[in-house]
Formats: sequence, C-alpha cells, structure tokens
Amino acid sequence: MNAHPDVTIQVTGGGSGTGIAALIGGTTDICQASRPIKDSEKEELHTKRNLDTVETPVALDALAIYVNKDNPINSLTLEQAGKVFRGEVTDWKDVGGKPGKIVLYGRDNSSGTYVYFKEHVLENKDFPPAYQALPGTGAVVDAVAKDKAAIAYGGIGYAKDIKTLSIAKSAGMPPVEPSMANVLNNSYPISRQLFWYTAGAPQGAMKSLVDWVLSPEGQMIVKEQGFYPLKGE
Amino acid sequence: MRSSQVLSESLRTSDVTNRHLKRRQRLDRAAEALILVFASIAMAIILLIFVYVGREALPLLWENKEGASVAATFAPPVVWQPVSTNPRYNVFPLFLGTLKVTLIAMLIGTPLALAAALYTSEFAPVRVREWIKPGIELLAGIPSVVMGFFALIVLASWLQGQFGFDFRLNALNAGIALALAIIPIIYTVSEDALNAVPNHYREASLALGASKIQTAVRVVFPAAMPGIGAAMILGFGRAIGETMIVLMASGGAAIVSLSPLDSTRTLSATIAAELGEVVFGGGHYRVLFFIGTLLFLVTSILNWVGDRYNRKMRLKLFGAE
Repeated sequence: MNAHPDVTIQVTGGGSGTGIAALIGGTTDICQASRPIKDSEKEELHTKRNLDTVETPVALDALAIYVNKDNPINSLTLEQAGKVFRGEVTDWKDVGGKPGKIVLYGRDNSSGTYVYFKEHVLENKDFPPAYQALPGTGAVVDAVAKDKAAIAYGGIGYAKDIKTLSIAKSAGMPPVEPSMANVLNNSYPISRQLFWYTAGAPQGAMKSLVDWVLSPEGQMIVKEQGFYPLKGE
Repeated sequence: MRSSQVLSESLRTSDVTNRHLKRRQRLDRAAEALILVFASIAMAIILLIFVYVGREALPLLWENKEGASVAATFAPPVVWQPVSTNPRYNVFPLFLGTLKVTLIAMLIGTPLALAAALYTSEFAPVRVREWIKPGIELLAGIPSVVMGFFALIVLASWLQGQFGFDFRLNALNAGIALALAIIPIIYTVSEDALNAVPNHYREASLALGASKIQTAVRVVFPAAMPGIGAAMILGFGRAIGETMIVLMASGGAAIVSLSPLDSTRTLSATIAAELGEVVFGGGHYRVLFFIGTLLFLVTSILNWVGDRYNRKMRLKLFGAE
C-alpha cells in the first residue's frame, strides 16, 4: 500500500463462491478462492464478460486433524477419519485408541474449511447431528486442548497445545505428517492450493499485486498467516 | 380569612401568572409532540424491521429452492442439515434446543433473582440494599459476548472437571451463562413490583401478628404476583432471543434430545452462525429468515403479555395506571 499510494484495495468477506460470483458479475477485479474454479463458472465468465479466467495459485494450506495431547492415537487413515466424522465410528477403540466416546468438533457450515473437509474427507456425505459446530477455529482449538475425547479439523496454522495427526492415504500406506515438506511434495492427503482469480491477465496495479504476493515478501506473509508458501522456505 | 387574602393576591398577579402559564403550556405541548414523534419513529423502525424480515421469509410459501419450503421446516426426518447434497431444514432440533437452554436458564435464574428481589425489598438494611441493587443491575451491562466467552473457556472447563460430562459444551453450560444474563431483568422488574406494594399491606399484616417472613412471603409476594409474572415473561423473552451466549457456550450440535448434558443448537445461534455465507435469496437463506420471523413473533408476544401483566398489577394495587 505504501509503494502504491494511488491504489486502494477493498476486501470483502464471503466464501469462495461469493468471490467468484463477484468476478463474473464484474463487481471485483480479483477474487480469492480456496477451491479451483468450476468449468461452468469459467464459461459463465467467458459469455458474460468475454474474458478468460486466469488462475494464480498463491499459497498452500494443510487441513490438520486435531486431537487432545493426551490422546494416544498418532495417525488415522483417510478412510478412518471419514468414518469418524460421519459418525459411523463413535468409539476411540475402533480406531486403535483407548475405549471411550469420540466427541466431534469443527467449524460452522458457513466456513469454507467445513465444505472442503466435507468434500475431501467425508466424501460429501453429512456430519452427524452430534457434530459440534463452533464459531471459529480458535474456539475449536481451545475445545480440543481441554477435551480428552475430542477430534476436530482446521488449518495447520491454528494448531497450538494440541496434537495434529498423521494421515495415511489408505490402509497399508505410511501415515504422513502435515508438514510443509509433505504438503509441497503432495504426500499429505488433505492439503489444497489457495487461488487468486482474475478476468483476463492481470494488468497495471492488479499485476503489481499479483507479482507482490508471489514475491519472497508476499510469500513471507503467507507463512506468517499460518499457510505454506508455494515453494517452501 | 386566610383564603380571601390568597384570593386577592392571586387576583392581583393573575395577569402575570396567566402569561406564564400559557408559555408553559405551549412548551409542554411542544415537548409532548416531540416525544410522540420519537416514539412513532421507534415504532416505525420496529415495524419496518418486521416487514423486512417477514418479506425475506415469505417466498418460502411458494418457492421450493434446494428443497426449502415451509413444509420442509417441520417435515421428517427431524434433522437440521442445510449444507448438504440433500439439504434438510427441519427446525425441530433447533426449537427443542432453544426451549431446553431457556428453561434451564429460567430454572436457575428465576429463584435467584426472586429471592434477591424479596431480600432487597423486604429485609435488607438500606446500606446493604444500596450495594446489592446496583451490583445486580451491573450484570445487565456485561456484553453477552463476554459472558459467552466466560462460559466457553472457564465455566465449561470447571463443569467438566467437576462432573466429567461427555460434552464439554452443553445446554447446561449455556443455560447457566444465560441465567446470568436474565437475572438482572427478572430482578429489576420484580423488585419494582415488590416495592410498589403499598405499605399499609405490610402494616396490616404485621399488626395482625404475622412475622416479617410471613408478611413478605404470604402478603407482599402474592400482592406483587402480576409484576413478578411480568418479570419472568420478560426474562423468558430475553433468554429465547439471546444469541451470543448460546452460540459460544452450547456446543452447536443439532441433537434431538431432552438431556441438558448434550450439546445443543438454538434458533438464534443458527441464524448468527449460518447467515453470513448463505446464497442471497436461496432456500437456506429463506429458511433462516423464516426462523427469524418466528423468533421475532415469539419475543414480541412475550413482551406484550409481560407488559399487560405489569399494568394489571398497577390496576389492582392502585386502581389506576
């Protein structure tokens, strides 16, 4: 902002879909999304504004599965995680832990993280009624830190005083930690790219902004915010 | 002799007084008009809010976007799962959650508030009363988000440490925090009601040989009953609409159960948590506004009934409003 005093940036909240809809409608120059744009949305943009979508990955994000520090479990397979969060498995002993009820926590259904997790871990099936939706990842982390029976999910950047599980893609495969290296080499199964989308190639101030976020300075901020930079350290 | 003197004096000054009086009357009338304007603006705003909320919910009657309709809000299965490949909008789990948390808050808050009101109005020495009354009323000034945060971080840990509940965040936890929010309302209104009972009630009772406690419980309390009823209704209305405390402290799981120890999701918390990201004008959006309309109606009716009770009591005690 200091380098471009003539440019103002106004950030409006909303989900990925909100941003993409605004880009299609022409009410924004650039939008962020935590999911890739759909083909139908690309087409819509093309027919409405006669411009092609330009996608710029700007950061990597790992969704970690959190448990209490005292929980003896260190890893789950992706399939086990799905069963736990769909409410099909309700006792820790069924996934190799100490006998006891599993208590589920997570974000509310307004959260992009909720949607992503549901699509990629629950295979788009529903959370059970006993799933506890808390108003923020901070509240989720606090609950897991204090609840020995808890399991939850959230961005890796929020994990504090809790244990993050290693995840195996399928039974028999080695469990993988949600570390930066494992996200970069794509071996950690619940990670995603975060994107910026523009209509047509970014130009002028827009181009400076995109160049800046990809620069070492921008990627440093990505890391500070708890995400992983595109190229690692 | 004295009256004729006054009369003659007043006759002499009548001109001045008359002018004075007229000016005052004009001022009074202007003030009255101003108050009327402000009151009408407030009423109009409330009405407009209701019209807006209702209008956003209304298309639910004929639309059926993503399976959302008025029928869907009470059709089986009894599941609230609005973000799904197969969305279900049954509001019963939320209704039950709201009732459960509200009842717990009332069960905890009402006896405490009424006992405190009876104590300060009938027994407490003036000096004690001067501390207790503002102290309780100060509770009303604590923002509900602070109360919710307290319940989320401190109260929940304490309860789980003491009793080892399955769910750390549950209806009981939210109910206790909510009780703190409604105690000042029930206390203030019922204390006023007790104070409004004329002293000759007490004097008559004491003169007949009743003890102070008998007087307070059997004479003053029943005489103030309509006002106390109003206090409870107003407290109930506040508890139903309260959002932040339940959003943070109740756990937010839409479970159908009567147990106060299960995680719970209420109507108001659902609106707060979900409205931020729904598609404008979509099915989920309409259902949330429908819930808002229901909540608005329920709290308005409760407030109205509470007010009626209060008036009834004044009528009973003083024969006028």
